[in-house]
Amino acid sequence: MENMVNIFLYGKKYEVPSNLTIMGAMEYAGYQLVRGCGCRNGFCGACATIYRIKGDNELKVCLACQTKVENDMYIATLPFFPLVKQVYDMEKIRPTEQIMMQLYPEIYSCIGCNACTKACTQGLNVMQYIAYAQRGEFEKCAEESFDCVMCGVCSSRCPAGISHPQVALLARRLNGKYLAPKSEHLENRVREIRDGDFKELLEGLMQKPISEMKELYNNREIEA
Amino acid sequence: MYNDKMLESMKRVAEKRAANAALEPRRMTADEKDALLAKFHPDYKREEFATLSVGKNKGDKVPRELRALLEAESRIDPEKIDLSHPDYETDVLVIGGGGAGASAAIEANAAGAKVMIVTKLRIGDANTMMAEGGIQAADKPNDSPAIHYLDAFGGGHFAAKPELLYKLVSEAPEAILWLNELGVEFDKAPDGTMITTHGGGTSRKRMHAAKDYSGAEIMRTLRDEVFNREIPVVDFTAAIELILDENGRCAGAVLMNMETRELLVAKAKTVILATGGAGRLHYQGFPTSNHYGATADGLVLGYRAGAKLLYADTLQYHPTGAAYPEQIFGALVTEKVRSIGAKLVNADGEVFMHPLETRDVAAASIIRECTERAKGIATSDGVGVWLDTPMIELKNGEGTIEKRIPAMLRMFGKYGIDIRKEPILVYPTLHYQNGGLDIDTDCMTGVENLFAAGEVVGGIHGRNRLMGNSLLDVIVFGRDAGRAAAAKSQSVTVGTLTLSHVARFAAEVKAAGVASDAVSPKLLPTYTHGNPKLEDKNR
Repeated sequence: MENMVNIFLYGKKYEVPSNLTIMGAMEYAGYQLVRGCGCRNGFCGACATIYRIKGDNELKVCLACQTKVENDMYIATLPFFPLVKQVYDMEKIRPTEQIMMQLYPEIYSCIGCNACTKACTQGLNVMQYIAYAQRGEFEKCAEESFDCVMCGVCSSRCPAGISHPQVALLARRLNGKYLAPKSEHLENRVREIRDGDFKELLEGLMQKPISEMKELYNNREIEA
Repeated sequence: MYNDKMLESMKRVAEKRAANAALEPRRMTADEKDALLAKFHPDYKREEFATLSVGKNKGDKVPRELRALLEAESRIDPEKIDLSHPDYETDVLVIGGGGAGASAAIEANAAGAKVMIVTKLRIGDANTMMAEGGIQAADKPNDSPAIHYLDAFGGGHFAAKPELLYKLVSEAPEAILWLNELGVEFDKAPDGTMITTHGGGTSRKRMHAAKDYSGAEIMRTLRDEVFNREIPVVDFTAAIELILDENGRCAGAVLMNMETRELLVAKAKTVILATGGAGRLHYQGFPTSNHYGATADGLVLGYRAGAKLLYADTLQYHPTGAAYPEQIFGALVTEKVRSIGAKLVNADGEVFMHPLETRDVAAASIIRECTERAKGIATSDGVGVWLDTPMIELKNGEGTIEKRIPAMLRMFGKYGIDIRKEPILVYPTLHYQNGGLDIDTDCMTGVENLFAAGEVVGGIHGRNRLMGNSLLDVIVFGRDAGRAAAAKSQSVTVGTLTLSHVARFAAEVKAAGVASDAVSPKLLPTYTHGNPKLEDKNR
């Protein structure tokens, strides 16, 4: 028999194999998950989880799909958190300092407690990226926040009521659209295609017999 | 973290690393590939496929698990559903909240149609979110849509529908530009040049990426745009049957609240199925890299309503699923790891193939290494080969891994494995449904006013898909489906709603003598992780 550990799901005790993730352990215990389960691979932020190990004061956070159970783990999931998402028109807004003031003024109420950073399931420096957002440094905010999965645990711990993931998303969109350099080769190619430059070549390929396509494919030159 | 046997093998890998890194392994010939696939690729295991007894593809082979769902019972008794008082009425109903569904909704909204999204989990709970490596588009001067076409057509075994592939490659650069203008970030050089790499089977470096969160970056931006446009999103609500009108045109769906089980009716002028793939059916017992809801629902819904399937017998097994540790068994290890320099190495430290063969060939080659050649490394769940990640920084310098593949660094780091210093163990994982619903160039299925986009569609890629062409297809065909469905909705007058096709299909199943007590769509998988008390009750 495998090694078993005791865990507490919402306070109720279950005995589960020690090699399971928290998500796996919930299923082993008999839960059919609907909430709190998305990609199961650490990308979607659906399974934000808070836990405490018996005898330890510290409240820890994690993604349930990416964390192994431990003995005497008290577990509560956070399948939804009411983040504030402001509505805006990307074509009309600009990457100015004022835009944050208009859309997410609460970021200026940050008291510097750093609870957000301590709570990040991805280990990001959340308070730092909020500081960048406050100063209108969107490129830095975008880079610092890039690995965010928007699970919302940071916001659940914030005394100032900041919706950090939404602030970061706005910064990234502003950076991607307005601040990052344009790709000339991309715009050129789009224009060439609109002008019909490749149409004949492609239509020629579509009409070739398979034997000829095989010949072309098997002998094509591959960029080093 | 690694056990003694693994560490012993890992020593041999380290000893040969410098020599292996310098190696340029030979690519297989067409004949070698054919022979390898026939013997080792899961698609060629005939006993794993079954013949459909009813429907448009009667007589065709599909995976056994899929056949069971296609010929299963409906979740509803059509007689008991009141269609006369719809809970929702819209021009365009989008079923599915992934990359294709979100793109479709945005374009339908931009075209002025009234559009809504229903999705059984949250918007963004989709394979798009999990795509790591990148998205293809022929936008560099040494590349062209024609070369992209040839790569994809050959990589898909010359089976793609030419008119769909034509759209995919020629609308690709515009798709990238559209995303970039929505604010999606791409890896760029300081002058704006896209940083592009190879994928398996590409002949030009045309893989655009946002680190190894490419799909997440795209999906979270599309989702935000859906919210900015205030498009209604009904989440935790699954479509469980399509509704037709008396003229046989698609006109809505029966929905089920996933939490309360309440049934609802949505009436629409046009419907877009964007329900994604089927990894959670675990064909042939494989683990999967797919998200929780990937259960082929769209194939079931579409098939019952009279749509035709194309290439439903071909699946993609991603060559590099995590084989170890067991907590992430089957999770995707992006192909980008190989694009930026890591090679596949066996237990003896030998490079046994070119790292950038197409996915079907690479998967079959790994399976051969672990079976016939017995050069795999045993793990708790099976067997794997090494993916020699430290090679990346040997070739490209320190810091490359953190900068280019931070998600991989984090995923293994959580289990005490530093992929900069130690190689990782991989084995094929069920990744993608190559086949699906057959569509025309307007993304319409054989059922009038029923459109489809994304992984639920078959025929764009043929019998194998290249890396980066799926993120591309959800955007290109998602947008096209949204525009086409919006345009079509303007001229549609919906007749009397009916579910008679559901009863008719059930009668055909019964007449064919293949009725079972299974129900579909499946909606979600059930996992019990070996709990003996629950295993018996498992459906």
